[in-house]
Amino acid sequence: MTAPSATAASASNVVPITDAVKSTRDTRPLRLITCGSVDDGKSTLIGRLLWDTKAVKEDQAAALSRDSGKQNDLGLPDFALLLDGLQAEREQGITIDVAYRYFATDRRSFIVADTPGHEQYTRNMATGASTADLAVLLVDARTGLLEQTRRHATIASLMGIKQFVLAVNKFDLVAYDKAVFEKISHDFKELALSLGVRQVTAIPMSALKGENVVYDGRATMPWYDGPTLVETLELATTRTGAAGGFRLPVQRVSRPGESFRGYQGTVAGGSIKPGDSVAILPSGMVANVKQIVTFDLVRNAAVSGDAVTLVLDRQVDVARGDMIVSLDAQPMTGLHFDAQLVALQPGGIEPGKRYWLKAGTRRQRVVVSPLSQLELSTGKWKSHAETLPMNAIGKVRLSFDEAAIFDAYDQNRNTGAFILIDPDTLNTVAGGMITAKRTDLGGIHREGQRVLLSLPADLAEELMATETFANRRDEVDVRRLSAARAAEVLGDLD
Amino acid sequence: MHRHSSEFDPHLKDQAPKPPLDPHLKALENEAIHIFREVAAEFENPVMLYSIGKDSSVLLHLARKAFYPGRVPFPLLHIDTGWKFPEMIAFRDEMAEKFDLDLVVHTNPRGAAEGISPFTHGSAYHTDVMKTEALRQALDAGKYDAAFGGARRDEEASRAKERIYSFRTPDHKWDPRNQRPELWNLYNGMIRRGESVRAFPLSNWTEVDIWRYIQAENIPLPPLYFARPRKFVERDGMLMWAEDPRFQPLPGEQVQEGMLRFRTLGCWPLTGGIRSQATTLDAVIAELEIATVSERQGRAIDRDQAGSMEKKKREGYF
Repeated sequence: MTAPSATAASASNVVPITDAVKSTRDTRPLRLITCGSVDDGKSTLIGRLLWDTKAVKEDQAAALSRDSGKQNDLGLPDFALLLDGLQAEREQGITIDVAYRYFATDRRSFIVADTPGHEQYTRNMATGASTADLAVLLVDARTGLLEQTRRHATIASLMGIKQFVLAVNKFDLVAYDKAVFEKISHDFKELALSLGVRQVTAIPMSALKGENVVYDGRATMPWYDGPTLVETLELATTRTGAAGGFRLPVQRVSRPGESFRGYQGTVAGGSIKPGDSVAILPSGMVANVKQIVTFDLVRNAAVSGDAVTLVLDRQVDVARGDMIVSLDAQPMTGLHFDAQLVALQPGGIEPGKRYWLKAGTRRQRVVVSPLSQLELSTGKWKSHAETLPMNAIGKVRLSFDEAAIFDAYDQNRNTGAFILIDPDTLNTVAGGMITAKRTDLGGIHREGQRVLLSLPADLAEELMATETFANRRDEVDVRRLSAARAAEVLGDLD
Repeated sequence: MHRHSSEFDPHLKDQAPKPPLDPHLKALENEAIHIFREVAAEFENPVMLYSIGKDSSVLLHLARKAFYPGRVPFPLLHIDTGWKFPEMIAFRDEMAEKFDLDLVVHTNPRGAAEGISPFTHGSAYHTDVMKTEALRQALDAGKYDAAFGGARRDEEASRAKERIYSFRTPDHKWDPRNQRPELWNLYNGMIRRGESVRAFPLSNWTEVDIWRYIQAENIPLPPLYFARPRKFVERDGMLMWAEDPRFQPLPGEQVQEGMLRFRTLGCWPLTGGIRSQATTLDAVIAELEIATVSERQGRAIDRDQAGSMEKKKREGYF
């Protein structure tokens, strides 16, 4: 099927709303983020997705053509007006914040985090990417990959997105040249691989003409036999977080009467069934699960994502902020953790300041020490950052007064993520991801002190490869010297 | 699987077992329950805005699920403009009694004393006084620090940028340019005294999701959603209900009677009906197929001017 006109659209994967209501969906909604700028045709692409999947109703379309007073030469309204929801944006012609869009096919429904491409894109992209399963990166076929593409891909992968779609847009403007597509998709796959992302789909498309978005572009690109954008999205995976140990951050304790005491929360990882042994963190007390209560039924199992009420087999002290976890696969607890974070507010992140940290249902005080900052243009870490200004991505050390409970973010997104709240403004000032628990070398490590070691190169390399060093690589300064020169340097110190 | 044996499950006794929700609806339900519990735990004095329509009905159902086997731990607030359909009021009171809810009803005393009417004062002024101002009065009087609403991001353009926890100043203002970033499902509930948060558990639901969920969960709805013979007139392209004693036909207007139902519920002079034969939920859903206009089309509030919803929201409307 070729791209249809706006009025005569029909496709196998677009269904009347009735069927959408009647059909059951076998999958959870796929959450995606679109990265790119107005110049890449991002608004046109999202508008096209909504339009061709019939997510735009007639009266909205009428309001659109009334407001814009113009249509493009394909008889379609100006999609940017459909998307820019706030009056300030319409007046100034800019997109200023994260917006969420919804569309569905007969197979699946989709939630799109639509973020601006230019101004403050780091903070807005991080926000949109935090919940996304997949990132669609847009490039203009005429220009190919830009520095911006690298920045967007880097942020998306840092936020834990493992699936990329490269939309090579405006393909009509390069005469549908297969060689152009092959060059750009090859470059992009290399970039993605360098970020550790292996699930990559590149698609040549024209969002304006509706080719390879919802409808295929065979008429103009007979050489392309890959999926359309929507087909790719329909088959993408959502992260379930079901692997790993059971995690239940306790939201509240339910005590409707003397005979019932239940712990309410959303399962943040793993699964549980009655009879399983659990530990309550941070106290470490142990109990067994007696019942999994929900409104509909007493259930015989709960998995990641389920909102449940757990009843335990004995009286234990459990409060909001505690975490109920499987006894044999527990998260990390400790006072010091390594993390990466994105600074979200004009004041940046100040070293030594005591912020509030919220992770799961737990809120506690934390001191943040910046260690290094990511240079987005090169993908390299600059060491010894003093403060992290707004939109900076940094590696930091977190120090708590009371025990904190985390998994590494790449193991569990739910229990590895946190936000920082400024105690003065009460605003959210950072979003962060735990990389590891910090293992202090008891007695040796003191704040601010440094030690010079002279080691044989092979031994040094072996040491640097251990987890302890790997986590603190950015703090270590390595120089290669001859044995004689090393002896000289050390001798001079005396 | 077995049924509860505790004393806290009266609703199960008269209910046939139903098939489990599909993964899509289950995910939306889980998210909404999470938000309900989080707000109830983090705020001192929450309230749930209850407007009696289908979204409110879904919201109430989710609240009952979230706190089961306990009762809903906050009151429901209904802003009564005095111009609601009588069938809405009857349904509201029936739900409050059936589900053991604390119901607070507020009408703006100033507006009531001045006899504010959408006919004589216009829809914009009526909405401003009897809904927005009334809501501010009720929230101030109750000293609520969090208010649940049933708004969805797919409803209207300015809603697409609304947070799940939407921060409001002490005078209930919304500043769309200065919203708190919201990452993962980690909501920032820290506020100062006098400030408040509007919380939207249905943010990620679409109209289709609402209908599918109502069907799957067998959620009771006000009878206005179903067609029956009703008296109405055609005015400005809208089918206006004409059974209220305050209704005055304009010169040349003919009161007709026919099968009529409503896609959204509000003040009857501002809420147009549609001609329909759909008397059951299945039939209503079947009619969605040919409904190619969005559900807000029947609402006068959105047609006043572009950006009118954003303007109302800035002033404290939900």
